[in-house]
Amino acid sequence: MKLAIFIGTLAELAGVGLTATATWLIMRAAEHPPMQALTVAIVAVRTLALAKGALRYLERLSSHKAVLSEAVELRGRVYDDLAHRRHVPSGTALTRIVTNVDQHLDTRLRATLPWITAALVGAVVTAASGFSLPLLAGLLVNLALLPWLAVRRPRDLTPLRARLTEQTTELLHSKEELIAYGLFDDKLRTATETAKELSRSERTRDLTPLAIAVQFGAALLMLAQHEPAWLVMAAVATFEITVPLAALSRPVPEPTDEPEPAHEPETLELTGRTAIVGPSGSGKTTLLNALARKLEPSRGALADAHVFHTTVRTNVLLAKPGATQEELDRAAGIAELDLDWDRVVGERGEEISGGQRQRLVLARSVLADPEVLLLDEPTEGLDPEQADRVLGKVLDNCQGAALVVTHREEQLALFDHVRHRGPIGHEHVGRVG
Amino acid sequence: MVDRRHLLALIPVPFLVLAQAELLASVLSGGTGILLLCLVIGARVLVWWVHREWAHRAAERTRARLREAFLRSPGTKAGEVATLITRGVHDVTPYVIGYLPQQVLAVAVPLAVVIRLAFADLTAALTILVTLPLIPIFGVLVGAHTRARTARQWDALATLGGHFLDVVKGIGTLRAFGRAEAQSTTVRTLAARHLTETMSALRVAFLSAFVLELVATMSVAVVAVPIGLRLLDGGVPLQTALLVLFLAPEAFLPLRAAGAQYHASAQGREVLAKVPAHQETTGQAPPDLAQAEIVLDGVSVRSLKNFSLRIRPGDRIALVGPSGAGKSTILGLLLGFVRPDHGRVLVGGVDLREIDHGQWLAALSWVPQRPTLVPANLSSGEQQRVALANALDRRQAGLFLLDEPTAHLDAETESLVLEATREFTRGRTAVIVAHRPALLGEVDRVVEV
Repeated sequence: MKLAIFIGTLAELAGVGLTATATWLIMRAAEHPPMQALTVAIVAVRTLALAKGALRYLERLSSHKAVLSEAVELRGRVYDDLAHRRHVPSGTALTRIVTNVDQHLDTRLRATLPWITAALVGAVVTAASGFSLPLLAGLLVNLALLPWLAVRRPRDLTPLRARLTEQTTELLHSKEELIAYGLFDDKLRTATETAKELSRSERTRDLTPLAIAVQFGAALLMLAQHEPAWLVMAAVATFEITVPLAALSRPVPEPTDEPEPAHEPETLELTGRTAIVGPSGSGKTTLLNALARKLEPSRGALADAHVFHTTVRTNVLLAKPGATQEELDRAAGIAELDLDWDRVVGERGEEISGGQRQRLVLARSVLADPEVLLLDEPTEGLDPEQADRVLGKVLDNCQGAALVVTHREEQLALFDHVRHRGPIGHEHVGRVG
Repeated sequence: MVDRRHLLALIPVPFLVLAQAELLASVLSGGTGILLLCLVIGARVLVWWVHREWAHRAAERTRARLREAFLRSPGTKAGEVATLITRGVHDVTPYVIGYLPQQVLAVAVPLAVVIRLAFADLTAALTILVTLPLIPIFGVLVGAHTRARTARQWDALATLGGHFLDVVKGIGTLRAFGRAEAQSTTVRTLAARHLTETMSALRVAFLSAFVLELVATMSVAVVAVPIGLRLLDGGVPLQTALLVLFLAPEAFLPLRAAGAQYHASAQGREVLAKVPAHQETTGQAPPDLAQAEIVLDGVSVRSLKNFSLRIRPGDRIALVGPSGAGKSTILGLLLGFVRPDHGRVLVGGVDLREIDHGQWLAALSWVPQRPTLVPANLSSGEQQRVALANALDRRQAGLFLLDEPTAHLDAETESLVLEATREFTRGRTAVIVAHRPALLGEVDRVVEV
């Protein structure tokens, strides 16, 4: 980063120097001095012209490299932190964490770096001018006041952004339902309104015209004070660097803090095979997640099953990295996973069917062979015959305890215990078979 | 698709650039015009203000149009559209605000400058006229060399960039398998590879900017030094020399800025290239479903191969078959959301493509496999119930479509579905994707897919 700042400052100074020297050359030539008086200036003009281009190229490369190197470290650190947290954040919080990392890096490259460079160039030129008052005042406005006004947050836009995301997500994921029920156009109009409101709030922060006014206002004042032409032109060139700073924006990190999940006082005897049944909304998944958190990490909590954007093989091997091909084939056989091992599953498994995704997750848990097998509606999306058959085979293969949320009464015969989740206070454990 | 009205505000810019250089040269050479100079500068600020304001509005209008186009385009993957309407649409902003105006200025301003200089100092005008085309020529040469590489890189970078999100989203699973620690190295390795790949792309991509920069600064030197020497000999007056000095960079500045904007807007242009062709779907009114027969005629799409089905008015049909066989696809075809690759869907002898989609949907009642049109904090069973209620609300519907209603329902919701289906399908045509034997009793015909 320091190297990028140094080269960037040199590049900008070469540009300002070029303007100043060229103007000085013309003004001096008008006084008709001997030719020798101009030699140094002529060489300087040519050198600075060459240097500026080369330095800018180097500056671009070094700044990008600095920021990308920071990305390697930052991503690693963020990941390590997540790997060691007590609770895994929700999906939304995880997405936000990634967005925040990207935004932080982008800000470094597009705001922090140009600002530091502009400030350094400004300081050098101000010193060279013998602290010209209009120059100093103008630079203070363009380097401090305008960027501050641009990035200060008179209004928190996070709720507006969240609303837009929510509205667009609904439009996207419920598109067919919305169209089928004639609600799409209305919803789209609402989302467009939100987007318009959002961009109006963002637009007020673009203070570029003010920065240009300051640039030439200061130059005019210097003219009025009869400052030398080369200095006036150097000032104009210096201000040119500060103009983009008036349109800076500082993205506010999206909130990623979440309340810790409430402690579940429940204890379940983790022996044999237990089915968890109950009406929709009675908290079966919540119970499973609570158990998964308690068991973590070594005993095998499989409630949250993410399918990675990679091959079927890599996704299944995750459970047991050293597994042989025979072990893999055996797990696939039990789960009736009929996908090519080298098939790439797409983002969140979007390129395979729901049933295939489910069987992939099952094959993975078979291979993992955990002490406690936790499954949340593992056969959803499979046809009933296959669903019962596959679950039966998975349970037969399971050495430890198993806890399965299910809706299919036909499957209950496969279990030792059935735990019925009713409305709070109406729970009992029954025994079947 | 792209709103260009803000470009109108740029019309005064070339004139103001000329006037400002003219007046500045006059003032610095001891002449008059400082008040006029103040006015011109004021006008320049004002023009810029109006232009920025209009540009932001144009960008928002463009974003809205894009969002709509992407959302309406049929058959695109949800994940891809999600990326397009969030990040993609945002990427178009630099194209509208930066690239388009610079493209206009890059033509108008150099033209004005060269014309003015031709009257002031022909040598300088000719020098600029010769060097100016070097910028686009070098730009095109370097650009052509990097274009294919950039496109390929964009895909590779998207995959590498997406890896971090994928791993973070799957952290729960990784931890469950005790693999979280092991992935820590992979995250760093892939980020490092991302760095290497990006840097090798940038080394080439920045070359064009380097060439533009170099030509621009060199030409200032090439113009300034000779004019200074001629001034020394008394060949030109000071005011002309200053005018040449001030105008020369103005000729190159917009071209250079356009070059920079070209790169900043690269992603935006990629997004614009993905805009689906606009298709107006105002077809004919759908035939009366109480009389019209619906025929799937040798349809092939996704997993369906040459599938045919005849649905007579009042028919109640259950579709059964293994998962992935294409049961939901058949409902998608009937709804008109899925278009067949081969074969046709006919309603009363009319191809469904010819029928107005909105009116067709209004004549249907549909319960999707995974209803989402209800607050997400409901459980799946509750969502199913709300969706069912929505569907049953459509008393005028002539065709009832129900998708895997019992796949993940508790017994109570299931009996509700059964009851409602029995009630609602009376006298209506119905196509049901069924899993449970219970529902099979409610239909006239079972079709194996």
